[in-house]
Amino acid sequence: MATEIDAKDIHYRDLNRLLRAKIEEGEREFLLRNINGQRYIAAGVSEKVRLEIYGTPGLDLGAFMRGPEIIVHGNTQDGTGNTMDEGKIVVHGMAGDVLGYAMRGGKIHVYSDVGYRVGIHMKAYMDKVPVIVIGGKAGDFLGEYMAGGIIILLGMFSRYPERPIAGIYLGTGMHGGTIYVRGQVSETQLGLGLKPHKLTEEDEALLRKHLSEYCEDFNLDLEEIMKEPFIKIEPYTHRPYGKLYAY
Amino acid sequence: MGEKKTTKKKKVPQWASFFPDFIIERDPEKCINCRICVKECSYGAHIWNAKKKELSEDHTKCVGCHRCEAMCPTRAIVIRRNPSEFREHAVWTPWFIKNVYKQADQGGVLLTSTGCAVPFRNYFDHLVLDACQVTNPPIDPLREPMELRTYLGPKPDALEVEIKDGRFRLKEPLPRQIKLEVPIMFAAMSYGAISLHVHQGLARAARDLGTLYNTGEGGLHASLYEYGSNTIVQCASGRFGLHVDYLNAGVAIEIKIGQGAKPGIGGHLPGEKVTEEISKTRMIPVGADAISPAPHHDIYSIEDLRGLIFALKEATEYKKLVFVKIAAVHNVAAIASGIVRAGADVVVIDGLKGGTGAAPTMFRDYIGIPIELAVAAVDQRLREEGIRNRASLVASGGIRSSADVIKLIALGADAVYIGTPALIACGCTMCQHCFTGKCPWGIATNNPELIKRLPPEVAYEKIYNLVHGWAHEMKEMLGAMGLNSIESLRANRDKLRAVGLTETEMKILGVKHAGE
Ligand code: SF4
Ligand code: SF4
Repeated sequence: MATEIDAKDIHYRDLNRLLRAKIEEGEREFLLRNINGQRYIAAGVSEKVRLEIYGTPGLDLGAFMRGPEIIVHGNTQDGTGNTMDEGKIVVHGMAGDVLGYAMRGGKIHVYSDVGYRVGIHMKAYMDKVPVIVIGGKAGDFLGEYMAGGIIILLGMFSRYPERPIAGIYLGTGMHGGTIYVRGQVSETQLGLGLKPHKLTEEDEALLRKHLSEYCEDFNLDLEEIMKEPFIKIEPYTHRPYGKLYAY
Repeated sequence: MGEKKTTKKKKVPQWASFFPDFIIERDPEKCINCRICVKECSYGAHIWNAKKKELSEDHTKCVGCHRCEAMCPTRAIVIRRNPSEFREHAVWTPWFIKNVYKQADQGGVLLTSTGCAVPFRNYFDHLVLDACQVTNPPIDPLREPMELRTYLGPKPDALEVEIKDGRFRLKEPLPRQIKLEVPIMFAAMSYGAISLHVHQGLARAARDLGTLYNTGEGGLHASLYEYGSNTIVQCASGRFGLHVDYLNAGVAIEIKIGQGAKPGIGGHLPGEKVTEEISKTRMIPVGADAISPAPHHDIYSIEDLRGLIFALKEATEYKKLVFVKIAAVHNVAAIASGIVRAGADVVVIDGLKGGTGAAPTMFRDYIGIPIELAVAAVDQRLREEGIRNRASLVASGGIRSSADVIKLIALGADAVYIGTPALIACGCTMCQHCFTGKCPWGIATNNPELIKRLPPEVAYEKIYNLVHGWAHEMKEMLGAMGLNSIESLRANRDKLRAVGLTETEMKILGVKHAGE
């Protein structure tokens, strides 16, 4: 049985203290109700706990966390998964800006749209490869400075049919990692020097693997998603500053 | 900008190579052909011709680090400024001419190391200290207790005291504080920019001196976790090697917004320097460029800064103090006020003269303001706003001696950070080529052969000695002023007088002119 916490009128500091105390006691499953803007939920938590959240968590949900699985029935504000290390965040709605900033491992699945500067400076190391899947559309600077990891952008479940799938400066300054986009993206949206590429068989397999997990989370049909071809965006160099200097 | 069309036919001359900065002089009388110089010069300026059994020099490769000179067993080598001179011109000095050559040859951004090399007015050298004569007695620190102990962290607006069991007690517990036995800490220098041995030396010295060292943004090597209670971990925009264990490893977390040597830009560790060991601590692949963006992309405002400060506090359960480090720039006082209001426990201001392992020359030399003016302005502003007690103030950038430390404290700092002096203590000769990663003194390098030249024990001993000496000098200076604790000197600007400064400068510094 999950431990249920009614977060109505509880300050984030008290809420997090309570959560940590319960985790310390050995509780592993939580149900948080009436979450309304509380910041830093599960920030820095290193245990493999499971949190179901009803409402709208505030800034930096799961920041620096290493292990928890967080399911949000609602939208999330900015900084979700900021510098997160391991674990998973599933958002059954939209997410704000800088989702997954400098994320080093784990997964973030968002059903609908995300804000600006999502997934910037994500990095990968050894077997740690962070993954962000976005069902809707993304704002400007998606994957900026990306150094590793995977971003998959579907553009399917958006509240803004009139908008392009991603904003401008997509992947600008990226020097590692891969961004997959379903359908097409205009080259004018891309960061300096970047080009859309065709997928290889390995890419296809990788996409299927990550998207089938995504489909399970949101009860979606994988084949429907795979109907439309994807393109991928990769860095044009891994050494963007290689020739910048005179000595 | 359009792409350059390169002339392929003729070999393009490289102007910079015609006019080396230094000349390697070898005395054939003394030289015994031992070839130690060849081994010692990591820039390849000494060349051994095996066929002819002859040594020769490539002056253009010499950066003037003096390593070969120091290691030559017969003292046969002298490194001199190249005596070849351009016609004198007060504006077009050789520095500017040669920089234009370099850029005409290579077309890039000029890169350099250490701190600002332009002789802007050095305010330290225009401030003198007071001493007791006749009307009040000086104190001899060898015979009377003299306190350098400093506590970093927010202080309450007022203390409420109650009597419990016949003893005075504080009604409310004090906010968390960090105790420094000497108000000199070691500035952020990342593992990557400097060798692991220097890091180990700094960590040990910090422990034995009762102060703190700062990891810089390169993560924390496994061998250094044991120095946790003397460690400040840094959270910079690249977030390298930053995970929960790292955040919890020290006693404080420093959010690096800016650095005096290069305000407004991030940094990058070139792929060549990302070796196996460094890749482990930074948690990036071997050989990949490690790029730190100019801003933290989750901080575009004071409100956002507050967001990160409290994210870090929450993630570490309020057990760590959060420092926020900025470069001293024009509106530094207003910015510092915002940082205090954002909830930082310690504000760090790094001035124009602050050093670096690598910075574009134009940034190093021309961006930012001197620390003396910045500290005075910040301290004054925080006092006027009644929030000076809410955060401690740490100053850095251009400190060369214990007197500079004393002056910064008298101008309003609680403590200081030193970087360059600690490296010079380890043998650095200020050749300003740290960015090459080939430091022949084994300091600013991670080449496995070069780092052996500076074992951690040597680094430890030299750094410890330096601060030990400075601490004693500081006690002597305090005693001469009739003060018995560093607390009484903080922002006590009456202990300073200016020599040869303008009205405006004295107003900003809050000091009177000598004779007044
Ligand atoms: S670079 Fe250093 S070691 Fe090499 S020749 Fe010059 S002074 Fe000697
Ligand atoms: S640390 Fe080494 S490379 Fe840097 S200035 Fe000193 S001697 Fe030169």
